[in-house]
Amino acid sequence: MKMPSEPHTVAMTTLPDEAAGAGVHAGARAGQQSPEQSGTASQQLAVFDPADPFDAGSTFDPEATFDAGLEKRFSLAAQPAAGLEAENISAWFGERKVLDRVSLSMPAGTVTALIGPSGCGKSTFLRILNRMHEMVPSASLAGEVLLDGQDIYDPQQRITAARRNIGMVFQKANPFPAMSIYENTVAGLKLAGLKASRAEKDFLVEDSLRKASLWDEVKDRLHQPGGGLSGGQRQRLCIARSLAVSPRVLLMDEPCSALDPTSTRRVEETIESLRGEVTIVIVTHNMQQAARVSDTCAFFLAAQNTPGVIVEHGDTNAMFSDPRDQRTNDYVNGRFG
Amino acid sequence: MSLIDEIAVRPSAPDSSVPNRTHLPLLDKAEADPDEGRIRLGAARQRSLVLAGAALGALAMGLLLTVGIGVIPLGWLFAVSFFWFLVLYTALVALREPLPVVRDGFVTVLLCSAGVAVVGTLALVVFFTFARGQDALGHINFFTRDMTGTGPLSGLDDGGILHALVGTLEQIAIALVMTIPLGLTTAVFLNEVGGKFARIVRTVVEAMTALPSVVAGLFIYAAVIMAVTRQTNGFAASLAITVLMLPIMIRSADVVLRLVPGNLREAGLALGAGQWSVVWYVVLPTVRSGLATGVILATAHGIGETAPVLLTSGFTGVMNVNPFSGPQTPLPLAALDLVRSPVPQMVSRGFATAAFLLLVVLVLFIIARLIGGQEAGKTTDGQLRLMAAQSRRDLPRIEENYRRLLEQRNRDLDAADIPDGADADIPDGSAVSRNATTNVTAVPIPQDRASNTTMQEKP
Repeated sequence: MKMPSEPHTVAMTTLPDEAAGAGVHAGARAGQQSPEQSGTASQQLAVFDPADPFDAGSTFDPEATFDAGLEKRFSLAAQPAAGLEAENISAWFGERKVLDRVSLSMPAGTVTALIGPSGCGKSTFLRILNRMHEMVPSASLAGEVLLDGQDIYDPQQRITAARRNIGMVFQKANPFPAMSIYENTVAGLKLAGLKASRAEKDFLVEDSLRKASLWDEVKDRLHQPGGGLSGGQRQRLCIARSLAVSPRVLLMDEPCSALDPTSTRRVEETIESLRGEVTIVIVTHNMQQAARVSDTCAFFLAAQNTPGVIVEHGDTNAMFSDPRDQRTNDYVNGRFG
Repeated sequence: MSLIDEIAVRPSAPDSSVPNRTHLPLLDKAEADPDEGRIRLGAARQRSLVLAGAALGALAMGLLLTVGIGVIPLGWLFAVSFFWFLVLYTALVALREPLPVVRDGFVTVLLCSAGVAVVGTLALVVFFTFARGQDALGHINFFTRDMTGTGPLSGLDDGGILHALVGTLEQIAIALVMTIPLGLTTAVFLNEVGGKFARIVRTVVEAMTALPSVVAGLFIYAAVIMAVTRQTNGFAASLAITVLMLPIMIRSADVVLRLVPGNLREAGLALGAGQWSVVWYVVLPTVRSGLATGVILATAHGIGETAPVLLTSGFTGVMNVNPFSGPQTPLPLAALDLVRSPVPQMVSRGFATAAFLLLVVLVLFIIARLIGGQEAGKTTDGQLRLMAAQSRRDLPRIEENYRRLLEQRNRDLDAADIPDGADADIPDGSAVSRNATTNVTAVPIPQDRASNTTMQEKP
């Protein structure tokens, strides 16, 4: 591991292991994890009951502050972007640990890119951010995810509230086949049981489709099935669908991996226009894309048979032009991974 | 802006001083000839000649062996011809083609004959039933009257099977009212809840599919007729066919529900939906046509059952519209009863009843298909036109609502902005949000980026 030989004036990127005390974690980096390191005392292990993975929170407290803005009626005013803070996230599938105490701050209104080779835990980390991780029956995790300072894994919080505030766009575009473009866009209202008048729905459809830069292409066929669109249009329809419930954070799991360059460009324009309105976290294997769209960037890496960690994170320009870690440098320049 | 447009622009002639390492085929491409010759695709004529030749030869051989020489009884004509056809066809193909092609041809012929055999058998069954029943079917009173006062020697212009039609429709309706909700909820339970108990239920359902129908009839006879009603009636019959329809409904619904892609459920959940709203709004609508097929299968099974109704519905030739009291004969039982009679008119009525049952099933199929609709996302041309018309009609309304509510929202935001710096803690959040939504109408594509990411044909 390359350490800066002379002290940087201002470190633009962060090497998380260095901050945590390089001496203590030297073993973990070398690939031999000692048992007592796999979980510190402060880590609280959240285990999900596989028989009831959709538990909407039996200890639901209607007065919870987290539910602010989650009234049963759709409101015109979009919620402002919220900062997302992951603290010491560890994740397991059964006995296999796939993430080891990962911390990352995603400031409100910015675009954060998660890069790294396949199998390093980026997608798992992303799915932990909106509680989709626990859909896998054997999955468990530790740590905290703070949305505006509130832990979304707090037993007081409803899982549906977390997922509505933190939307997600998947790798494979998945518009609902039984719904038209119009219905697909406002599907979130129906699914979350929100009431809205027809005028409000109309507004939301045009507003969301405009934000996803799809409006001009589909406005003449809003009542046709969403499956009839091209791949890129379908992905933007999914983005519009996520935006319609006015999320405060939008997670994107390789949204462009199945798209051609033109569609990719349109999705990137959409991300560009959403900057400031929504906090965006995007997983991508495309280095140019990460460099183009993101403000900050985090490089994940999992050495052979060890859980994934963040090697380096920070300002995107610095990550690409002047990374402090040799592995980051190699990866962003395409020399491995 | 699109890729096609950019390619369509002819690039200017390249500088000839440098030797070309790439080619620009668009430069010296002529306009397309309107009558461009097309290659004729598909099987060669020789293959169809071989097929026809083999079929003719086989038929001739079969006729020779049966009619000509008489070594084989005439009834074996088709079997002998088919066997000879396989031999001839394979030999003819083998004369010209290598072994893999011969094998291909042989298997193709076998598979096609299986299809022909199925369609042919069905056609024979339908034709035979209608042919034997045509005398009775020709009389309108057959559909409008019951058998009250119709003796064994009455002509075909007397009596009918309206009572049996009423019996069948009432019984199948009651059975469906019980089967559809119970079957659907069980299938949803098997798929959405899962766990150990669900596995047990699935095994029991599979075992129930193999339940002999007479056992279901005996069960209802013992549990309902002997114990409670003390007489055969239509409701007991519908209970008996429910026992038989339920496992089929659950099985077919279970299979289609399992085919719903997991990413659709995930997408619903990621929008903040509860599990049951995902099931109701996403999963079930996606497989609506598959569920309709399940209902059709169950109905087809239930409507033709004879053994369980034999024990439970009772025999009568009189119209009985009340399924809860007194015997109520359904169509298959009426057919059975009539066909067993020694009188030719009665037998003809029996076959006519069976033919009528076929028609009733067909009509129910069509109704179920209409309600079930097509596979989710698939549309016919007519539906597409309707949707397009609806889209055009609604567009002005949507645009109008958008304009109105956008103004309203901006007013609200302005009003909220003025009194205090409520948005101070979010540096650019709300301000950017408002600008972005008002300006987003025309997002210009930066020229440098457009040319970077699209394919370039310019030198």
